[in-house]
Amino acid sequence: MSINERQEEVIEEFSMFDDWMDKYEHIISLGKELPLINDAEKKDENLIKGCQSRVWLAADLKEGKVHFTADSDAVITKGIISLMIRVLSDATPAEIAEADLFFVDEIGLKEHLSPTRSNGLVSMIKQMKMYAIAYQTKV
Amino acid sequence: MSTLVNHTFDVEKLRKDFPILSREVNGKPLIYFDNGATAQKPQSVIDAVNRYYSYENSNIHRGVHTLSQEATSAYEEARRKIQKYIGAQLSEEVLFTKGTTDGINLVAQSFGKHFLKVGDEVVISAMEHHSNIVPWQMICEEKGAKLRIIPIDDQGDLIMDEFKQMLNSKTKLLSITHISNTLGTVNPVKEMIDLAHEKNVPVLIDGAQAVPHQKIDVRALDCDFYAFSMHKMFGPTGVGILYGKKEWLDQLPPYQGGGDMIKTVTFEKTTYNELPHKFEAGTPNIAGGIASAAAVDYLNELDWEAVRAHEKELLDYASDQLKTIEGLRFIGEAKVKASVISFVVEGTHAYDLGVIMDKMGVAVRTGHHCTQPLMERFGILGTVRVSFAFYNTKAEIDTFIKALNRAIKMLR
Repeated sequence: MSINERQEEVIEEFSMFDDWMDKYEHIISLGKELPLINDAEKKDENLIKGCQSRVWLAADLKEGKVHFTADSDAVITKGIISLMIRVLSDATPAEIAEADLFFVDEIGLKEHLSPTRSNGLVSMIKQMKMYAIAYQTKV
Repeated sequence: MSTLVNHTFDVEKLRKDFPILSREVNGKPLIYFDNGATAQKPQSVIDAVNRYYSYENSNIHRGVHTLSQEATSAYEEARRKIQKYIGAQLSEEVLFTKGTTDGINLVAQSFGKHFLKVGDEVVISAMEHHSNIVPWQMICEEKGAKLRIIPIDDQGDLIMDEFKQMLNSKTKLLSITHISNTLGTVNPVKEMIDLAHEKNVPVLIDGAQAVPHQKIDVRALDCDFYAFSMHKMFGPTGVGILYGKKEWLDQLPPYQGGGDMIKTVTFEKTTYNELPHKFEAGTPNIAGGIASAAAVDYLNELDWEAVRAHEKELLDYASDQLKTIEGLRFIGEAKVKASVISFVVEGTHAYDLGVIMDKMGVAVRTGHHCTQPLMERFGILGTVRVSFAFYNTKAEIDTFIKALNRAIKMLR
């Protein structure tokens, strides 16, 4: 499935929610469910410091595709991370580097990607793209 | 503007002076509990900004034309109003700055350049805002001086015995917050100033969090410098005040060079203007300065004893309600507190609580509140902070507690 197809899938999933409570409950459950990263990867080199919450991000290149794992100490941030990983992980470096993440806006979570939130998410997406660009030279 | 007589405190009437308090956020009536970050503005302050740009706008201190004269008078009248409000002896002891941070940097740079030498010591405390840490680190590093930190106990009170022992012949300055922005601790600044003065140590008070809760009197305190921001005392953003005793300000070199701060300039030598202009290089925030007078007018109408009683009632009421929440831990239980409450809730992250409460119209602060060393002292990364102003109500606290309980239920 392409990155855009995955984004459409997330948008459809979120279209079921009528109010913010249901939507946030879903994000929180996504955040709680996913074992996102190995403890060994939760090291300082992988830490993205936001003012409000901390994010750890690790990347790995396997058979030409990038795989991300990530975590956060805040569960809403973690829930949004799990959506990012669902959309971007297991794609080629070129696909990730060029991806336009329109789903965030569509599902009404744009405010979480505002730099003023300083929750680490903006830096995380930048870092995901940086990994992809770096891996492009290896495939 | 509201007029308060006979010691009545009609909070509903006061709220009408603040237009923003009647707006909605995310479809819910706004509950604004982030007053520690910035306070809301009464209509009279908003009108003053508007009036300045509509009728008076021109540059001050230089023009011969009528507009410039009017703007200069209004600006200098604002300085005199602020002087009277804080009890300063002279209007030239009242410097306009950009804010508290700017004022502290001014003292750190000017005082530090002139008086600090290798091996000297500057004393601050463990509960300082980064604004009262970093400027001192910078100048101490430059001068080879040492920064000493008064520790705090688990309740969030300064350990006064340690402070007393810290004062010695190498101590050149004490810079301490009046009220902690994170803990709400009201420090015994008068006692500290007296102790410091016994050792001939001048004192700078960071009053950013004190001015919204009380009327200060710099002469009664006998502090040497007092820095605060107008926006935290219901005035405009981008304007602060640094009070300094004339005897100190006369000795300090200017902080920044430029227009307005000079007497004569040649390429060989510049002589500096008199106080306060020596420290006010460049065109200032004129609108903000003038609107600050409207804020002071407003505050002069308040019954501060009634404000204190109302805020104490809010603090006690909210603290009692919060105590009923399972797993909630207060950060900061000092003996004397302003209406500021920081807390953490087991099994939740402050950011998540803040995001969900915002959806319910409740504005709180989350994070480290620019006091990372303090967070480290308590072994946490951040807190939720609610900070009340005189226009907040018990009914708002009830709604906040409901919102908090709902958020905790969603997150746990």
